[in-house]
Amino acid sequence: MSDFLYFFTFQDSSIAFVVIGIILLGVGSAYVGTYSFLDKKALLGDAISHAVLPGICLGFILAGTKNPVYIVSGAFFSGALATFLTSWLRKNTRLSEDAIIASILSIFFGFGIVLLTVIQKSGNPEMAGLNQFIFGNAIAILEEDLWIYGGLAVFIILSLSIFQKEFSLLVFNAEYGKAIGYPMGLIRLVFNVLMILSVVIGIQAIGVVLMAALLITPGAAARFWTDKLGNLVILAGIFSAVSGVMGTYISFVLPQMPTGPWVVVFLSFLALISFLFAPKRGVLSRYISRRSYLKKTHQDHLLKALYRALEAGKKNMTIEEIYEAYPFQKRESDQSIDNLISNGLIIKNQSIISLTPKGKSESKRIVRLHRLWELYLNEYMNIAPDHVHDSAEKLEHILTPELEELLENRLNYPKLDPHQETIPRDHDEL
Amino acid sequence: MMSFDQNAFLIIFTASMISISCGLLGVFMMLRKMSMTGDAISHAVLPGIVIGFFVSGSQRGLEVIIGAGILGILATLMIDWLRRKARVQLDASIGITFTLLFAIGIILINLLAYKVDLDQECVLYGEIAYLPIDLWITGGGQNMGPRIMYLALLNLILVGGFIYLFFKELTVTSFDENFSMVIGIPAGVINLGLMSMVSYTTVSSFEAVGAILVVALLVVPPATAFLWTKKLNQLIKITIGIGIGIAILGYYLAYFFDSSIAGMVVSVAGIVFLASALYKSKLFSNRFGTSTKQESFGN
Repeated sequence: MSDFLYFFTFQDSSIAFVVIGIILLGVGSAYVGTYSFLDKKALLGDAISHAVLPGICLGFILAGTKNPVYIVSGAFFSGALATFLTSWLRKNTRLSEDAIIASILSIFFGFGIVLLTVIQKSGNPEMAGLNQFIFGNAIAILEEDLWIYGGLAVFIILSLSIFQKEFSLLVFNAEYGKAIGYPMGLIRLVFNVLMILSVVIGIQAIGVVLMAALLITPGAAARFWTDKLGNLVILAGIFSAVSGVMGTYISFVLPQMPTGPWVVVFLSFLALISFLFAPKRGVLSRYISRRSYLKKTHQDHLLKALYRALEAGKKNMTIEEIYEAYPFQKRESDQSIDNLISNGLIIKNQSIISLTPKGKSESKRIVRLHRLWELYLNEYMNIAPDHVHDSAEKLEHILTPELEELLENRLNYPKLDPHQETIPRDHDEL
Repeated sequence: MMSFDQNAFLIIFTASMISISCGLLGVFMMLRKMSMTGDAISHAVLPGIVIGFFVSGSQRGLEVIIGAGILGILATLMIDWLRRKARVQLDASIGITFTLLFAIGIILINLLAYKVDLDQECVLYGEIAYLPIDLWITGGGQNMGPRIMYLALLNLILVGGFIYLFFKELTVTSFDENFSMVIGIPAGVINLGLMSMVSYTTVSSFEAVGAILVVALLVVPPATAFLWTKKLNQLIKITIGIGIGIAILGYYLAYFFDSSIAGMVVSVAGIVFLASALYKSKLFSNRFGTSTKQESFGN
């Protein structure tokens, strides 16, 4: 607990630096990553993050120490080379995109390993610090590192905010952008540069292997909560920043723990919660709405059956007749009957079921929609009368009053459907 | 140096077997456009390896292979679940799955640091150079030769057998999943089988070449071969040829530069790949008039 207070009250200025750094880099990479996620190029971030390793090693060899300027420039150039090669191969060979990305990723990483072992065997005492770039150690961020990594993060965030319109065009409709005269090639280039930079700034804290997660996961998770680009970016940034701070805290309390993996675990946890519980898109809420839709269709079908009985001159149906009409659905039928009773649409007397006035009007509405749609398909789509039933069976549950009005108008308030059955209106008596 | 060096031969022999096993599986992964799934699996088996190490107490245990196999299949299922049930787009599903599982693996290594003889570097790039001194001694004390060589041989036999036995099924499901369903081949089962073989190969090879470089051997030789031919039989033959070639060249270059052998093998593979791409590209064919007609196949 004292660790917790010590960490989160920022008594130690170096902790404050680390936290500021991780928040900036988290927000920056989530921002870029959200765009590349929307562009369906999430795995390019993975390729770039593996591909910066040889650059880091070269920077180290040239500088002889862990100089952040050399490391960042080296990483940037090898990331840029990988991005260039990826798009060159896509244009000039018939390899599929995933084979290209996987090849580039592993070739660059392999070359990076060669350089890393060469450095290792050269016996340079600074070598120990170099391993941190693979798995990341946020605690090792120093003030001078912060100026570079933090500055680049701020640069990324500002560029994306200022040119939000251009990048949205790139992601959502590049062809249109080209047509109205935007230099899409240049915008793509700038975007790729920002993407590489966002990988580069994360290597110290998160490490090259897992940096892909910071690009991909926040956007994917945030997408479950909102449809607005602005909210999406903000939410992704928050997810990323929160996970970053949590991961840093873990490697502060347990110093042998690298930061990157913990940030990724927290981030994935937030993503999992989003996938499961987000309203509308989440697995759970889609399951619930599917269930309630199925319930509604079953109830609609029961009402229809009762209405058809009325048409045939029967005032009611026995519960056995209903079970017979829907074989193997006894439990669902019972449930639907209970629901319809509590909504005041039907009444049950012993085992005899009949429609209330309210139920009559509701069942008429469903039958009317069904038959209107059949007629519409028949008249306007030229579909044979014996082929229209299935489509109407689905649409009767979802046609809105507005659409009903349109159909009535278009068909000029018809009396009969293609099967010569009456289309019921509210004022009709049965 | 040029005289017959038994250690060099053993290392090259083992490295060739590993790259052939990987290449054979990689051809089918590539045809299914699942190269990145292969990448994901090879990262994702890490927690399985660590847990297997912890349970068995040694790297020889069957538990390690079982653990990694389970994780490999779990990764495949998780990608599938994210894509189908949670409706996350495919590239993001792959990215989320492998980063999470890899992160868990690294955390486990650090948690069990004093109980498991396994470090981060070994996982990353293995060390095939120690192969000649890591011997398989039988119960009777007889020296049978390098242990990893036997692992690689067993792996090659199983992968070769798998592909030989299910060649028709693998081919049909790679090219036309719907057709395979129609003629009664369970595409899902074949797919899971292939993924299990990839997981098993990753585990069997990771001590020698590291978990991440296995990806390179899975992906790069088939991709290079694909630049030269479209026929499946040719594709497999060229992949095998490249696998042997990069093992030999990689070994001697690594010897020369005193670097990681596995890393160098991959670097050589990369150079071969990029050179092939350059030679086969529109750029080259336009300038020098070679007859490499470009078709929009596998676009």
